[in-house]
Parts: sequence; C-alpha cells; structure tokens
Amino acid sequence: MNLFFQNIVNGLTLGSIYGLVALGLTLVYGILHIPNFAHGALYMVGAFMSYFFMVDLGVHYWIAMLGSAAVVAVLAILCERLVFHPLRNSPPIHDKIAAIGILLFLEAVVQMFWGADFRRMTSPFTGIMRFDGLIIPEQRALIIVGAIVLVIALQLFLRKTMTGATIIAMAQSREGAFLVGIDANRVAMMTFAISGMLAAFAATLYAPINLVYPAMGHVVIMKAFVIIILGGMGSIPGAIVGGMIIGFAEAFGGFYISSSYKDIIAFGLLVVILSVRPQGLFAKGAH
Amino acid sequence: MLKLASFMTRPAAKYLLIVLALVFPLIAKNEYQVYVMASAFIWAIAVYGLNIITGYCGQLNLAHGGFFALGAYTLGLLTADYGWSFWPAFVGALLMTAFIGFLVGVVSLRLKEHYFAIFTLCVGFIMYMLTDKWEELTHGPIGVRDIAAPHGFGIVDFTETTPFYYLVLAFLIFAIWFMGKLSRSLLGRTFMAIRNGDDLAQSLGINLMRNKTLAFVLSTTYAGMAGALYAGMVRFIGPEDGNILHTFDMITYLLVGGIGTLSGPLVGTVGIVWLTQSLQFLEEYRMILFGPLLVVLVIFFPRGIVGSFLGWLHRKTLDAGLPAAKKKESRIATGKEVENNA
Repeated sequence: MNLFFQNIVNGLTLGSIYGLVALGLTLVYGILHIPNFAHGALYMVGAFMSYFFMVDLGVHYWIAMLGSAAVVAVLAILCERLVFHPLRNSPPIHDKIAAIGILLFLEAVVQMFWGADFRRMTSPFTGIMRFDGLIIPEQRALIIVGAIVLVIALQLFLRKTMTGATIIAMAQSREGAFLVGIDANRVAMMTFAISGMLAAFAATLYAPINLVYPAMGHVVIMKAFVIIILGGMGSIPGAIVGGMIIGFAEAFGGFYISSSYKDIIAFGLLVVILSVRPQGLFAKGAH
Repeated sequence: MLKLASFMTRPAAKYLLIVLALVFPLIAKNEYQVYVMASAFIWAIAVYGLNIITGYCGQLNLAHGGFFALGAYTLGLLTADYGWSFWPAFVGALLMTAFIGFLVGVVSLRLKEHYFAIFTLCVGFIMYMLTDKWEELTHGPIGVRDIAAPHGFGIVDFTETTPFYYLVLAFLIFAIWFMGKLSRSLLGRTFMAIRNGDDLAQSLGINLMRNKTLAFVLSTTYAGMAGALYAGMVRFIGPEDGNILHTFDMITYLLVGGIGTLSGPLVGTVGIVWLTQSLQFLEEYRMILFGPLLVVLVIFFPRGIVGSFLGWLHRKTLDAGLPAAKKKESRIATGKEVENNA
C-alpha cells in the first residue's frame, strides 16, 4: 500500500513536470503550428540559468527561478523573432530543421560554458513530510503544488485578460484574429515567452531531484511530444491529461515492469497508440 | 566562368570526379586522410538514403541515425557473436534494415508532416535506448568488439585503410548511380509528386502509402548499408553510434549540399567532414557553428550549395541563350524543380 502510494506521488511529480513542458509546446503549436524541437533546449537552459543564479550569484531559490524564467522568456522571443518569424511562409520541413538548428546551438553553447558534466542543484526544500506513515519529500510536494498553481495562473491569464484572449483567439482562427485586429507578431512573441517561462519553471522545479547537464532536455522534450500527440496538438487540457498519463505510466511501469526500460515506456506507448489509432487518443480528425 | 560552371553539369565532370576519387589515396599526405575520406563516403551513402525520403519524398525522417546504427549492429553482432563472415552479415544487415524499415514505415507513414517527424524521432530514440539497455543482445554500453572485416584476396587486405577506401568508394558510386536512375525514373517523379502535395499526387492516381513505404524502405536500406560499412571499417561500435545527434549531422550535410538534388549529399558531406577535420578545435563545439548555419540556410538558401548553383546556372544559361540548357535537360530540370519547391 505504502509503495503504491509512493508510486502515485512519483507519477504525479513526473506528470506535473511533463505537463508543464508539454503545455509550452502545445501553446506554440496551437498558435504557429510549429513543432518546436528546440523547446527541450529551452528547458535545459532554464535549469542551467537557475543553477548559475544559485551557485555563482548565490541568490535564493525562488529568485533564481524567476531570473531563469525571465532569461528563457527573452531567449524564446529571440527564437521567434530571428528564426520562426522569417520562416512563417516556408514549407513546414524548414521550421523543423531550423528548430533543430537552435537546439544544437543552445546545447553547444551551454556545453562550452559549463562542460558536459552532470551537476547537482540544491534547493531549500530538502525535508520530508510524513503523513501517517506516508512519506512525501518536500521538493516533490513543491513540484505538484507548483504545477497546479502555474496551470491555474495560465488559465486565468488566458481566460480573464485581454492579452490572454488574443492568444486563444489566434489559436482558434488565424484569419478571424486578423479580422478583429489582433497583432499576430505580438501574440507569437507572447506565446513563445510563456512557453519558455513554463519550461524554465519546470526545469527549476525538477532539477533538485534530478541532475543538470546539457543533454537533459532530450528525453523530456521527446516525452512532451508524445504527450501532445496523445492529448491532441494545440490542446491545453490534453497536455495536462497526457502529462499525467505518461507520468503515471512511467512511475508504475518503472516500478512494476523494469526500471532500466522506464524511459522507453512513453515511446512504446506512443508507438502502440499511433499504430492502432493514427489520429491520437483524443483528437477528432486524422492527422 | 559560365562555361566552367556548365561543364560541371556534364557527364565528363562525373568521370573526372571518379578519377579524382580513385587517385586520392595516392595524393593523400597520410593514411589518416584516406581514412577520413572513407568515413565521409560512408556518411554520404547514409545521407543519400535520407535524401530519398526527405529530399525527394518530403518526409522528415528523424530515425535515420537509428537505422544507421541498426545496420552497424546487425553486422557487428552477426560477425562478432554468431561467427558469420562479413559478406553474409552485410546482406543480413541490408535485409534487417529493409525489414525493420518496412515495419516502421507501414506504421509511421500513415501520419503526416509533424506527426511523422515526431514519431520517427521517438523510433530513433527507442533504437538508441535498446542498444544501450538490451545488454543480453547488444552488450549495452560496452559496445561490440572484434567485428570482422571483409575477407581479402591476393594482396588485398580489407583491414588496411586504403583497400577499404576503394570498397567504400565502389559502394558510393553504386549508391549515386542508383540514385541517379531513381531520380530520373517514373518512381522518382512519383516521390517528387508526393513531396509537392499529398492530395495532388493522390488525385493523379498515385498510391501514397505504397510509394512512401517504398521510399522509406529504400532510405533505411541505404542507412543500413552505410552502417554496415561503418562497422566493417571501425570494427568497434557502441550505443553512441545511434545517437540522435548523428541524424542531425546528416540533416546538416543534406541541407548544406542541397536537399532533393543528386550531387548535394556528396558535396555537403565531404565538404563538412573536411571542414570539421581542418578545424580540429571545432570537433566538440562544431554545433555552435552548425546550429546557426542550419537556421541561416533554411531562411536564406533552402536549396543548399548544389540547388543554389543549379538555379543560378539555369538563370544564366537562359539569359545567355546557351544550348547547354537543353543538352543536359534532366540535371537542370532537377534544379528547376527544386527552385519551384523551395
């Protein structure tokens, strides 16, 4: 029973992280129809920025998180301005290749400054909470709560503010948004900034129970892609549900099936699902 | 200038290149240069494979490095663990990559554009993880040692660099020859029609699934051939040979040379391999240069070196009214098509 509960906590933790990363990815896809392969690199840069702020500048965990989110948001806007905007009328294959170019560049730059070593990042939340024999490490609790807060904040922003509404409008209908005078450039930059911030938050939350290294984004981004395919590309609830599915599949699969194959589970799941249902689990039309 | 340029599209230029490649080991300063050239040729074969599915057929396959590793591992395991000799294992590697390519193709090609790219990214990653984790079969992170080289004959010993260089060269020439035939055939035209638009191709009566699967299997077999040759040359392989970064490298080679052109993969691969060799310090940080290079290429020169060159030549010959434009119709037609689709 206890182990079962532990796995639920693990599943929730993983699901929260994957969900946050997938949210950023799905937002960008919803607006610009770009599968941003560089999103994992933004996640990785987010972790390294927090690490840099905490270790080299000695600031507090929360401030490091905000600083890192700001840096990654600017970086994401730059990507949109310098790369994706000029490519908006190109064939889709060009966006993908350009995104791969950004990914390679960011990884190489980080590796040049910090090396390829695995680093450990500390956090002020190292304690353990006990409830009646059930154990929850504080950082994991923080991840789950943090993800819930961020998702609610994002929902409020998208539903209750004018700026958020322009993003939704753009995702629903590009032409319609133009007709009512929505500035496409502004929306695109905003979406990239939000997606970058979510990635940085996720990375900073997850880094203390994981390691920080230049290739850390690879597996996460691929799982985020699996998630948004499962949940329907561009769908916000789909990203959260999909994140939880993959998180739980990994936590339980890693425990009951095989821990060394746990990273394959998500991809195996995708292969199986797409073999049976090429349109994904929740999407309506065919891709 | 223009005469020199139009000469490069003639058959004579092809033979000149082959002669240059044949005498290269004689003019190379040392054995290492021959080795680098041989490995560039091996990568070029793999990039030709990528060109079939991505360049001609328009589907971005991100599992290509995985199939390269599959070919290498099939050959490596068959010779090192099961005692096969090189050539049967080589055929085995081709069949294996074709078969797995068929299975993956049948499932993945039902998906379009982004979904296909993401799906193949996952497939490539599964292959990489399996080579790393499935220790009973693949030896895991230790890798496969003692891979057999092809049996020599007479004084030819394929464990030496220069004979192996000629072997690779023979396969490369075959690969390019086959590619040339393919790109001018009805099948090649069919692939290009699919690239230009699924719906249009379908309305012309093209069976999308069958043709895409065929293109995919051809491309994975090319990757398998390159992987098997790689295993035979290096004779030690590990999971890192299936790293996704190799797929990204190949995309860079293809894009720099010219996607969807016949000579692009060769130009891009050989050019970049030598560029990184001559800038040794770049080896580790080459991506700082290649990353932005990819971005700049797709924004400003999506047709790469060869595509841009052919487009330029085509405009010039039209301006000058030289008969060259008619003479080598097929080559320049490729340039024109690329121009239209860029």
